[in-house]
Amino acid sequence: MAEPTRSPAHEEFRRRDLVLSLSERIAEKAEGLGPLRIMHVCGTHERSINRFGIRGLLPGCVKVIAGPGCPVCVCPVSDIAAARKIAKVPSVILATFGDMLTVPAPDGSLQSARSEGADIRIVYSAADALELARSESGREVVFFSVGFETTVAPTAAIVASLAGRPQKNFSLIVSNRVVPEALELICSSPELSIDGFILPGHVSVIIGSDAYLPLARDRKIPCAVVGFESVDLLAGILDLLEQIRSGIAVVANSYSRAVLSGGNAKAKAFIAKVFEPCDAVWRGMGVLPGTGLSLRSEYSAYDAISKFGVKVGTEDEGVPEGCLCPLVMTGQREPEQCPHFGRACRPENPVGPCMVSDEGTCKIRIEFGDAG
Amino acid sequence: MNAVEMGHGSGGTLMEELIQRIRSVFSSSYLDQGLDSAILPPVDGKLAFTTDSFVVRPLFFPGGDIGKLAVCGTVNDLSVVGATARYLSSSLILEEGLPLETLDRVISSMAAAAREAGVEIVTGDTKVVEKGHGDGVFITTAGLGSIREGIDLSGALLSPGDVLIVSGSLGDHAMTILGLRESLGFASALTSDCAPLNGMIKALLDSKAEPLFMRDITRGGLAAVLCELAALRAAALEVEEDALPLRDEVRALGELLGIDPLSMANEGKILVAVRESRADAALAALRAHRYGRDARAIGRVVALGAEGVRMRTSSGGMRRVTRPYAEKLPRIC
Repeated sequence: MAEPTRSPAHEEFRRRDLVLSLSERIAEKAEGLGPLRIMHVCGTHERSINRFGIRGLLPGCVKVIAGPGCPVCVCPVSDIAAARKIAKVPSVILATFGDMLTVPAPDGSLQSARSEGADIRIVYSAADALELARSESGREVVFFSVGFETTVAPTAAIVASLAGRPQKNFSLIVSNRVVPEALELICSSPELSIDGFILPGHVSVIIGSDAYLPLARDRKIPCAVVGFESVDLLAGILDLLEQIRSGIAVVANSYSRAVLSGGNAKAKAFIAKVFEPCDAVWRGMGVLPGTGLSLRSEYSAYDAISKFGVKVGTEDEGVPEGCLCPLVMTGQREPEQCPHFGRACRPENPVGPCMVSDEGTCKIRIEFGDAG
Repeated sequence: MNAVEMGHGSGGTLMEELIQRIRSVFSSSYLDQGLDSAILPPVDGKLAFTTDSFVVRPLFFPGGDIGKLAVCGTVNDLSVVGATARYLSSSLILEEGLPLETLDRVISSMAAAAREAGVEIVTGDTKVVEKGHGDGVFITTAGLGSIREGIDLSGALLSPGDVLIVSGSLGDHAMTILGLRESLGFASALTSDCAPLNGMIKALLDSKAEPLFMRDITRGGLAAVLCELAALRAAALEVEEDALPLRDEVRALGELLGIDPLSMANEGKILVAVRESRADAALAALRAHRYGRDARAIGRVVALGAEGVRMRTSSGGMRRVTRPYAEKLPRIC
């Protein structure tokens, strides 16, 4: 190795000179504007913001808050309880993402079900779970499907493929959520008073920036679809400040190298073909109408909940006593304001759901802190 | 007979054969004493004594194997406290069914690493466990070394302005293992940095660098070592992300998998703190050695009495560096 060199791929979007000039322009734009609350709704954004030290590059009046951007965190207790019940059926292999194992729930986590004998395996996708079903023909493989549109699309493609090649021992617990509808509900909440949305880059690759038009048009909230590098984030925030200053809310696409206005038509078609909207519980936030997905009737044979005759609660059982995750997820409190944060609640022993996943705000804050 | 059998641990003739096989490779007059303990000559000065176990999976990887790791790890632990590594023990836990050819490769590698490091393996033990109760071979080594006079590498004399230096590229070992396990083709150019660092450290101690603190950067990566130093001396440390020596493949894999290079494990790197006026001497001494060619100054001690580690990011922001709470990659060494 000669002198260590930088790989060029994304470095352009982290260039210090660009970052510092954007930071100056943001400070100019923000001058004279009152305290502003800009919300992002993506765990990867929170991670990037901490990793690059973005908050320290913003003027004091611009506050970036973390919204409900972690699908693992918003997965309700009732779905985890259903997954535990199904996992305990002797013939069943429950396949799910690694983060789901340790999400705390009153009756126990999936991890505890595993230690009680349930066969729970970690997979990286619905495709992995289907593969498992094909190789374990004597067992029932149940995929616990959690995630926003980014993960919904490939899951939908897998389910759609079953029409041509049925797999009798495969089914899903669908605990997926959709973003735009949830944002509309969030911004109608008066106590949140959001001045602008940093919209999730990955989700938007699938659904397209136009999916948020109602937010800008009807709710008059400035919006920017934003990527994950430091230049992306600051360019997006600058976009929002320009909108706030001009008083005209639009959906700016600050991540045009990845996101199209119409999104990925093929992926959207798969989602529409396989799933239909339904009401859904967001943990600690209650029932948000139209923000969940359920399998369409053509695919009902793959619905694990009816297949195993499990009852799923429809109420939000919330979070443990004293846990501030619901307020953290809606940007009303910082993790550091929670009495459990870093004390009783740590990544190795999470009390609330936001301390579990790499996308969870509390876990990210433990990892990076805020050096300002 | 091509594989390890339960009989190899039974205390009978099979075991004797196995021990002879190992002893002939390690070739030490102390081993040949054939006693229950090696009886060693008197040593001047204080002793340093350390032990470490090795369970890496897979056993062989580009740049090393479990045997080399087991010798280098213990040699390095002795070296970073300022000790001259002298004697090692080797305890092998073998799984029934392990091909003897594999065992030969592992112990030959241990012997080669010991030769390079100038240490002798003077005592050892071998146990066999049933198939399914081990994973090929696990190794525990312990090491004895003698401490050089007048050396204090504990950081007790640290003061603001002191310079922090790493001896070379970070994360090579972790990403080599990960690339191998996950069959990530583009990681194939990587090799582990597993190496005995006693030669390089001796050169540094013999130079005008006068290091104030030294530690090897292993599990938990640079982040763990920086946080340990900060806690140990109630020091505020600041590092520059742009100064971190990283290979392109390591950087790319880290990006792809979301693993912070600061927390990646190494097997042949150290962190050193020196006075600012000695930084050039330290860098020159390290860079003159094959294992320190890519040494770099990465940061400073900014204050005492206020514990914490911060990093100026490539983008110009500031972030905190915290101790990784768990190794993301199990069985890396």
